[in-house]
Amino acid sequence: MNDTLSLAILVTVFFSTIRLATPLIFAALGGMFSERSGIINIALEGLMLTGAFTAAVATYELNSPYLGLLCGMLAGGFTALIYAIAVIKFEADQVVAGTAINLLMLGLPQLISGAVYDSSGSTPQIEKQFLLPEFFNINLASLLAFLLIPVCWYVLYKTPFGLRLRAVGENPAAADAAGVNVIKLRYSAVIISGILAAAGGAYLSIGQSSLFTRGMTAGRGFIALAALILAKWRPVPVLLACLFFGFTEALTIPLANYRLASGENIPVQFVQIIPYVLTIIVLAGFIGLSRAPKALGIPYNKEK
Amino acid sequence: MKILREILSPLVAVALAFVVGAIIILLIKDNPFETYRILLANSFGSAKDIGYTLFYATPLIFTGLAVAVAFRCGLFNIGAEGQLYVASFATAWVGIKFGGTIVGDVDWSWTSLPSVLLVPLCIITAMIAGGIWGAIPGILRARFGSSEVINTIMLNFIGIALVSYFTQYHFKNPGPILETAPIGKAAWIPQLHEYFSFIPPDVPLNFAFLIAVLMCLIVYVFLWKTKWGFELRAVGQNASAAEYGGISPGKQIITAMTFSGALAGMVAINEVLGYRHNYYDGFSAELGFLGIAVALLGRNHPLGVFIAAIFFAVLMRGEIFVDAFTRYVSKDIGLILQAITILFVACLQKYSKR
Repeated sequence: MNDTLSLAILVTVFFSTIRLATPLIFAALGGMFSERSGIINIALEGLMLTGAFTAAVATYELNSPYLGLLCGMLAGGFTALIYAIAVIKFEADQVVAGTAINLLMLGLPQLISGAVYDSSGSTPQIEKQFLLPEFFNINLASLLAFLLIPVCWYVLYKTPFGLRLRAVGENPAAADAAGVNVIKLRYSAVIISGILAAAGGAYLSIGQSSLFTRGMTAGRGFIALAALILAKWRPVPVLLACLFFGFTEALTIPLANYRLASGENIPVQFVQIIPYVLTIIVLAGFIGLSRAPKALGIPYNKEK
Repeated sequence: MKILREILSPLVAVALAFVVGAIIILLIKDNPFETYRILLANSFGSAKDIGYTLFYATPLIFTGLAVAVAFRCGLFNIGAEGQLYVASFATAWVGIKFGGTIVGDVDWSWTSLPSVLLVPLCIITAMIAGGIWGAIPGILRARFGSSEVINTIMLNFIGIALVSYFTQYHFKNPGPILETAPIGKAAWIPQLHEYFSFIPPDVPLNFAFLIAVLMCLIVYVFLWKTKWGFELRAVGQNASAAEYGGISPGKQIITAMTFSGALAGMVAINEVLGYRHNYYDGFSAELGFLGIAVALLGRNHPLGVFIAAIFFAVLMRGEIFVDAFTRYVSKDIGLILQAITILFVACLQKYSKR
């Protein structure tokens, strides 16, 4: 292999890494807010789909990716509110309710696009000029995602909201005694997670591609969840984990064309599973212990 | 009274789901009554309808039981999807290797076993492969305390990627579709229309349905009539109390997850031995996740699982007709109603406990 070719591959992998990490960063940061407040968010996948679908429809109808992104984020926030009501008000099991949201968002976008556009396969193609813009090969959404890391770090560690959020996730009763409104805080955390996850989904439909297709997140919500665990629920490691996961996915593209000396190619599946295997290993405590917020998954009820 | 309370909340959940579904149908400017009539009226009208409904219910009974067994031990098996994929591929592999499969002019098999040996071997393979894929998160939970929820999700992706690799690179049937070569005919299990003349021959309902019913019984006996089942449930109710009473939670967790995985793996009996006669990449379409819904709606009881699986199968059967015979509503309405039902069941759980 000559040098220019390998440089070209390196550049491609670099840009694909950023491209592929972008939706993960949004969703993982979203998950961070929810889980730091003590609410498991298996629903990230469904929230991303909500954002992807709504953004695609709104961008197509309004001819503006910014309005599209905004609508997507609002829809994500709204769906997250439904999830929040289920798990906070009704104390529904968080894993079950999250699974329900994920299944719902596999069906609902199809039903709507089938009724409105007479095609349940996908939403109509958006013209290139109305997609999220790119600067030097980097999408606006990617820039926003990178910007979000310091913002979230600041919010989580340097603001009263962040302090309360962490307190509620660790020991809600103590936080309550100290005057924090646990319920209200958890609602806002889950809604923020919906808005962010939806932004990640929106990037998929109006940035990376130009329409919504069924289940287009293809498990990215779960990968984001894995990244969040690998990052031990902290913003800067979230960036690194998402970049790493983006990188392993980016590698599959040149690998598909690369042939070993024996003429065989390296199966992409072996590269694809790296993030998942790594998550299992980390979770088992082989590479430093990944400790979840203490109150994660436990509904808060004052009387108990 | 107790039974009444047990069935009340699932019924309320289903009713509420249909109300929300009706609102959604109205919003897309279609007629909910007509839609629901089409959705529900095509499942039991004829022998063909019933046959298809039971055929759709079969894998859901297996995954529903799988999730229910884990639930009873206080565990979440979100990994039925991965377990059933791994098991289905393993079953197809045995069906090829021991079934005398010939692709083109090349004999892919090691030997040709007779049906009487090959079918049991395939069924055991399905259970073992699914069981192993379920045992891994069980062991990780028991040994390292790591969340089985996350691990089963991760193992779904790993399992699906691995079987897709083996299918693509080693056992692919020539042609554009990602599926394995067919299993030997000796591995096929009988279709029920061969025994019951009232079932039309085009209905794929097969022996796997009877095995599913049998598994409902076995799970019931296991959970409520054996010492092992008692210990498993004791851990599910209160792990530290069970441990104080001399029951090892770790052992029960591994047992529960292995049994759960084996049950999910049994989907392969219907899919591979009874229906497609090969492994078809991506066949499941959320069967594993719907198992969570089936278990929950069925209150984690085998009889409830059976009924809930039939109900979900009715929706799966009916949605095809809805797609064809309504103006705007697509077949996605089935999945939507299932999802909303789960959400309501989860919300109502708080009230039915008291």
